[in-house]
Amino acid sequence: SVNPDLASERQTASFCVEKLTALLDGGTEQTRIRRAVVEAIQSDPVFSRENQYFQTQNERYEAAVRKAVHLQKKMHEMGWTENGPEYKYIYRALSGDVAFLLHRVFMRSISVLGSDKQIAKWIPLATQHKLIGSYAQTELGHGTYLQGLETTAVFDTATQEFILNTPKISAMKWWPGDMGRSATHTVVFAQLYIHGKCYGIHPFIVQIRSLQDHSLCPGITAGDIGPKMNFEHIDNGYLLLKNVRIPRENMLSKFCEVRPDGTYVRQGSQQINYFTMTTVRISLISDEVLTPLMKACTIAIRYSAVRRQSKLKPGEQEAKILDYQTQQEKLLPQLAAAYAFHFVNDYLQELFNRGYGEIQRKNFDMLPELHALSSGFKAVITQQCTAGVEICLRACGGHGYSLLSGLPSLYTKIIASCIYEGENTILLLQTARFLLKCFMAANAGQPVPPSVTYLAAVKHGKCPAKNKLDFLSPDIYTEAYQHVAVRLTSSAAAKLQDLIQSGVKKHDAWNQCTVQLVQAAKAHCHYIAVKNFAETVEKLETKAGIQKIMKHLCDLFALHGIFSNTGAFLHDGYISAAQIDMVTASYLDLLAVIRKDAVPLVDAFDFTDKSLNSALGSYDGQVYQRLYEWAQKSPTNQMNPAYERYLKPLLHNTLSKL
Amino acid sequence: SVNADLRRERAAATFQPELLTHILDGGAERTRRRKEIEALVLNDPDFQHEDLNFLSRSQRYEQAIRKSSLMVMKLREYGIADPEEIYWFKSFVHRGRPEPLDLHLGMFLPTLLTQATPEQQDRFFMPAWNLEIVGTYAQTEMGHGTHLRGLETTATYDPSTQEFILNSPTVTSIKWWPGGLGKTSNHAIVLAQLYTQGECKGLHAFIVPIRQLGTHEPLPGITVGDIGPKFGYDEMDNGYLKMDNFRIPRENMLMKYAQVEPDGTYVKPVSDKLTYGTMVFIRSLIVGDSARSLSRACTIAIRYSAVRHQSELKPGEPEPQILDYQTQQYKLFPLLATAYAFHFVGAYIKDTYQRVSGDISTGDLSELPELHALTAGLKAFTSWTANAGIEECRMACGGHGYSRCSGIPDIYVTFTPSCTYEGENTVMMLQTARFLIKSYSQVTSGQQVTGMVSYLNELSRQRIQPQHVAARTVTMRINDPTSLVEAYKSRAARLVESAAKNLQAELNHRKSKEDAWNRTSVDLVRASEAHCHYVVVKLFTAKLAEVSDAAVHAVLTNLCLLYALFGISRNAGDFLQAGILTSAQISQVNQHVKELLAVIRPNAVALVDSFDFHDVHLGSVLGRYDGNVYENMFEWAKKSPLNKTQVHESFHKHLKPMQAKL
Repeated sequence: SVNPDLASERQTASFCVEKLTALLDGGTEQTRIRRAVVEAIQSDPVFSRENQYFQTQNERYEAAVRKAVHLQKKMHEMGWTENGPEYKYIYRALSGDVAFLLHRVFMRSISVLGSDKQIAKWIPLATQHKLIGSYAQTELGHGTYLQGLETTAVFDTATQEFILNTPKISAMKWWPGDMGRSATHTVVFAQLYIHGKCYGIHPFIVQIRSLQDHSLCPGITAGDIGPKMNFEHIDNGYLLLKNVRIPRENMLSKFCEVRPDGTYVRQGSQQINYFTMTTVRISLISDEVLTPLMKACTIAIRYSAVRRQSKLKPGEQEAKILDYQTQQEKLLPQLAAAYAFHFVNDYLQELFNRGYGEIQRKNFDMLPELHALSSGFKAVITQQCTAGVEICLRACGGHGYSLLSGLPSLYTKIIASCIYEGENTILLLQTARFLLKCFMAANAGQPVPPSVTYLAAVKHGKCPAKNKLDFLSPDIYTEAYQHVAVRLTSSAAAKLQDLIQSGVKKHDAWNQCTVQLVQAAKAHCHYIAVKNFAETVEKLETKAGIQKIMKHLCDLFALHGIFSNTGAFLHDGYISAAQIDMVTASYLDLLAVIRKDAVPLVDAFDFTDKSLNSALGSYDGQVYQRLYEWAQKSPTNQMNPAYERYLKPLLHNTLSKL
Repeated sequence: SVNADLRRERAAATFQPELLTHILDGGAERTRRRKEIEALVLNDPDFQHEDLNFLSRSQRYEQAIRKSSLMVMKLREYGIADPEEIYWFKSFVHRGRPEPLDLHLGMFLPTLLTQATPEQQDRFFMPAWNLEIVGTYAQTEMGHGTHLRGLETTATYDPSTQEFILNSPTVTSIKWWPGGLGKTSNHAIVLAQLYTQGECKGLHAFIVPIRQLGTHEPLPGITVGDIGPKFGYDEMDNGYLKMDNFRIPRENMLMKYAQVEPDGTYVKPVSDKLTYGTMVFIRSLIVGDSARSLSRACTIAIRYSAVRHQSELKPGEPEPQILDYQTQQYKLFPLLATAYAFHFVGAYIKDTYQRVSGDISTGDLSELPELHALTAGLKAFTSWTANAGIEECRMACGGHGYSRCSGIPDIYVTFTPSCTYEGENTVMMLQTARFLIKSYSQVTSGQQVTGMVSYLNELSRQRIQPQHVAARTVTMRINDPTSLVEAYKSRAARLVESAAKNLQAELNHRKSKEDAWNRTSVDLVRASEAHCHYVVVKLFTAKLAEVSDAAVHAVLTNLCLLYALFGISRNAGDFLQAGILTSAQISQVNQHVKELLAVIRPNAVALVDSFDFHDVHLGSVLGRYDGNVYENMFEWAKKSPLNKTQVHESFHKHLKPMQAKL
């Protein structure tokens, strides 16, 4: 039965939850398919995650491999294919707890970087799992700076082979997933040398383990890099190469080829590589970043409706902690951010699809904008969602600290997203570089991409809001965000120019402006997110109460951003001190409004209890009973080996003999 | 040999790190003694063990309990009795981690001393001192942590047998979280609602045996176990306890203050103000812990940033140390300054506590409310800041920070519960706010207030003027910490006043005091934060005057300035909105922050060396003193459990059969 405190929350929903779910999924048909996939996966005991919090690294790894193998069977059984509509929901249904994710990256890199001949040779082998692939780029000493990678591949004309080496310890490949224990092959990125000349970084297919007995191939040292904060189910690995010879045909050669005589030939456009990075950055937002935040909000908000603590009024029952303003102020902005970024993701997907179409027609014009937006939003969304999950975790007090709450593992997983696929600070600086360029161009009257045309329209007005209700007008707050974004970009540009004119070298000047540039890039993304949310709300159908509640969330998202960064808005007087008080008042009022729909708003995310895997967040709200029963299953309650060995002698009076 | 980059960094420092270490320790002699104890532990083969990162939770618990029992014996063998020295010893033995006897030593024994009658002490103290009795302190329940009066466990007095009958009447009443309860303890001090003669007399403490001496099996009527895996605290058996009609003799209620007579008559305690003292003490320890945990994370991140080279700053030149990037300095140096600030705050609270607790024993309780209010807020302020700061340090180490070999994940998971335990932080901030609002209303009613809140007195003087309270720009001298203290003072005053006015407006609106308080609580928390921030800046600034060595004074002054200016830059809106600083001044602050980063840069490594963490205690491959990071990461990884066999068993179990089938 559902806890009455949670049931009562659902009775008063101001909108239709099912309709909102369909909106998030992109249509009722999508919701139906997603639910079918989730049901098929989660009803299969092999995919159970119930014991995950009790397992060691070795056990987690083994379970992930078992699941990956079983998944092949399952897909066959269900008639799901890699191109079918079900495919994208499988990962979500598994909560990512499965091995061989890098196998797909291995395949994709061959498809993108390989020649037709190479694709024909390797892709079928990989599809049938005759081999298991990985992707070895990052080294112990280099992650961000790819040109600095130290692994070498020297072409030997005599044998028509490349000789791969790890010349020093910092050149060891480090971190690649599935490489520590599972992979038989990997794509190794190495500096190519021909006749003593270095041609830069190139990809090579290298076999690392025997296909017969899985032992390491000659010249290969590989293993697991040891325990991490999460991803215990993945065998992130290290790889040391010592005079490993591979045939000339193993260099992926869609763009560059080494001829038998050692001639180096470049072919085609490399720009597509940028596009691949963009693809990856956009594709990770939904499953790796938004889903964890949505789950964390679901857990924390449901628990806050069940947990009662202290009394708000003497003589009354203890209050739900969700009724405390401070608790609302922690959780509801995270909920609004989850929705805001969901819609940003839709926007990026659409932009990406358009860009992809253009690229098919050999038109690369959209690439810089796509690259800048995907970099900036990857950084901003991962950072804010990570912070959001942590806030949810701490908002659950002591019980949030138990692994059984599900929150610690959501947190430790999402934080990795701030680093992989581009370290966030570096990405923001890339976005900033694009902004500066467009700012200069726009001010010189040249055309710039649509997302940055606003940089040309510098207005020096003041915010026209007269009372707190004015701040519920999207025009008012969107313009405020735009104003700040322009101001920060233009002041960073001016600072950079000043420094250069005063004789500071260009790269030094850049370094001295980076703190400001990062702020400008963030402001740009924040502006786009607010604007996009407001535009999305406008387009929503008005019935079923959806538009109204989304409007509230949009307002909250925007006003929270101002409330928590008032300095940026006050700085040049665009918003006045009195107006900040209006923002604060409106913002705090909104908390109380959205509070009423908080539980339905997380219900709409439509996570099953098995997906949440949380004692605190289950749909029925039977928090304490579940926590108690689950804890008893902990291995620590099965036996106490320490008793005989240490406790007994301790308790049996060994000390009093001192 | 030491990595060349680190060698160069250390050679370029402008001050002697040892001198700064002495300041942090409270004198050269204390440093000497700390290192003596450190050597005693670290050179002791009994305290050696495998890297904890590779052990399962059960194994970690086992190691901890082994070391704890040895620790207790050796402490007595060496005659170490000073609380701070015990703290050092324990911290070196357990490398800054919790251990299963923490509650026995830190709560069970002290509670016996303060709340047990002489007869009870005779019965329990010596067996507990000799660890025949191992106890814990069972307060928190599944359903209640913050709101103590809401605890549901009952102890009903039965005069016919002269016993208390203990019960856990609901699931939510199960004791949950007490450390050492799950597997280790055989006794617990249980807090329960006392019922006698049909009336509830509120919470009282009872000594409850929970496991059979000799077999360690739970006693009939007792259900006890481990609450399962957590974010951290692997070595601690946090436990649950459920009692069903479990009877204990009347003499097991701790009766130094309140009493139940044989016929069931209840005798009230004289005063309960004294329990304040313990809370203040424990919260002051958390402030110190915030400083130390953040210092450890800074040490790791800054040393690693001096060793790690990446990308290019100038075309054609070698890859620079990542510590040379402005964005990296902007992440780390303000945290370094914060760590120093919190050290000095921790020392201040400890000293004040000792002084005030001296007053308490002589009967003067006048300073207690302010100290209580101040430590509640500072506990929250410092633990929140350190919690976020540790994570920023880890993120600044990129991918390798995410590996457990960096040591930062462990620091984080061990530290983060301090935002919750001993008073949930938001609740703490609101306690401080209550004191601030009270002081504010005293001022408005014409009284003078003293101590850290005395700046509120100035509000009444300003009220004569028609203008907005703090609408007077401070003439800020950007290189003078005392001038910055003034700015923080104005900000705190303005936010306290604004919260108080909003509270009043709500009261005028709605009448219910509780509702009005709740609807103002976001403002109230901000006011408390501003107050705490002011206190920290003030204490850091005051500390500078005590530093005699010129070189150390110079470097600490820069850190203090960075701390204060960075805080202004981050909270610029507060200063702008209240008209304390102008936009031009804020721009100046932002610029000066960046200049200070460059000034501090040459001393960064020496400044973390001064924290003087031994490598064993630091527990980090990235933060090693010698900076030989990469080779040691490789050595470390080779010991991982997944590398125990060359071919993992999963290959034979799953991979091979799959490949055969496809």
